[in-house]
Amino acid sequence: MKGLITMDDLTNDDIHNILADAQRLLPVARGETYLPLLQGRILGNLFFEPSTRTRMSFETAMKRLGGDVVNLGDVKTSSVVKGETLFDTIQMVDGYTDIIAMRHPRQGAARYAQDAARVPILNGGDGAGHHPTQTMLDLFTIQQSHGTLEGLTVILAGDLRYGRTVHSLSHALVRFGCRLIFASPELLQMPTEIVEDLREHGADVTETDDLLGNINQADVVYMTRIQKERFADEDEYAKVAGAYKLHARDLGNVKSEMIIMHPLPRVDEIHPSVDATRHARYFEQAFNGVVARMALLCRLLGIEVPAEIQGGEA
Amino acid sequence: MAEEHNMRRVTAIKNGTVIDHIPSGQALKVLELLSLSTDTSVPVSLVMNVPSKKMGAKDIIKVEDRELTQSELDRLALVAPESSIAIIRAYSVAEKLNVNLGDEVRNVVRCTFSNCITQNPREPLAHRLKVTRTDPLALRCHYCGRPQNMDELILNLL
Repeated sequence: MKGLITMDDLTNDDIHNILADAQRLLPVARGETYLPLLQGRILGNLFFEPSTRTRMSFETAMKRLGGDVVNLGDVKTSSVVKGETLFDTIQMVDGYTDIIAMRHPRQGAARYAQDAARVPILNGGDGAGHHPTQTMLDLFTIQQSHGTLEGLTVILAGDLRYGRTVHSLSHALVRFGCRLIFASPELLQMPTEIVEDLREHGADVTETDDLLGNINQADVVYMTRIQKERFADEDEYAKVAGAYKLHARDLGNVKSEMIIMHPLPRVDEIHPSVDATRHARYFEQAFNGVVARMALLCRLLGIEVPAEIQGGEA
Repeated sequence: MAEEHNMRRVTAIKNGTVIDHIPSGQALKVLELLSLSTDTSVPVSLVMNVPSKKMGAKDIIKVEDRELTQSELDRLALVAPESSIAIIRAYSVAEKLNVNLGDEVRNVVRCTFSNCITQNPREPLAHRLKVTRTDPLALRCHYCGRPQNMDELILNLL
């Protein structure tokens, strides 16, 4: 495996092994112990569009493991604004770094960069395409809560059309035999080609516009943000978005172990009243971005995570 | 008899390439695919919508004094996968060729997805479309993974 562009670059065994590495790295991610596995290595952070969590968690992951980070910086002041091609930018950064984490507004940019580069590329989001490192932290969070990835019922809700996190996650969940319920307004339904792909792989997929009517079946509810700019006018947005909001009072009859996830940032699709319930997992999920990316950085750089880590769980 | 009559609608060529069994109405696209619509150095004859036992109706193209190469002919698979090709030398069929798409179409057309990285004409890597199904033909971009819109694809010839 060279880089991680889509979840197809990982086998189910790879996923289990990386999640196990991530589990052992938890005390390092929390700063309870220092383990400089990546000392002397440099990560190139190439974010061609805004990112808070992904960029910061890559940087934290690298630094917790003793490595260093160079940033592209603001695209507006870099050579990109002068018209440099992605190919040329990659040639340059390839020479400066040992591994590259990248986000780009164009779909396919990560695969293109991998074809142009010598070092591994970690896709941190390409247009409405894939976001596999987010998927790995999502899977880690699900496994942490349920003890397994197999056979769960997962509702993915909100903007399924443009949300790349739900595209990568659906593909991965289907590989573990999960049942998927896509709850979204018609305008923001999961792209047909993705639903067809999932069904070709034997997936049990239900499409609905009713989130609350299905919530009691779920082991996982994965919420996403519906963006105003997707709608022709504000009234239409308000009418539609209201159906994809969760409040603590909606959770009266849900399964006791059900978890609510969100890639963040949230706006008002999850009411703050949910934060204090046993179901909320989105802040742990954001933290897990560090540990999942630590495990991926080690894996792609060919560094073995020790079987036992001081301060780690037995 | 009908087939023979079709071939005689235009004069037999001495040397060159005959592309037969093109789906009716697709000959102009074939000319475009093979850059014959802009190449004025060789005589090209075209018949369209002539009766065919096998296809009902078909188009035929004859290119004089030029033997098209296998890789040029493989481009035909995008619009005329069933076409049959004969290389003519001294009025006789010297070679028969078949269209063979392989598992990837490289540097023939640009991805039809408007937000694909390959839409920037200055990006230098090859345009690559993977063949995911041959009948009917289905392609996906190697980079963005999007299934290709086959009606638009022909407009994206390189």
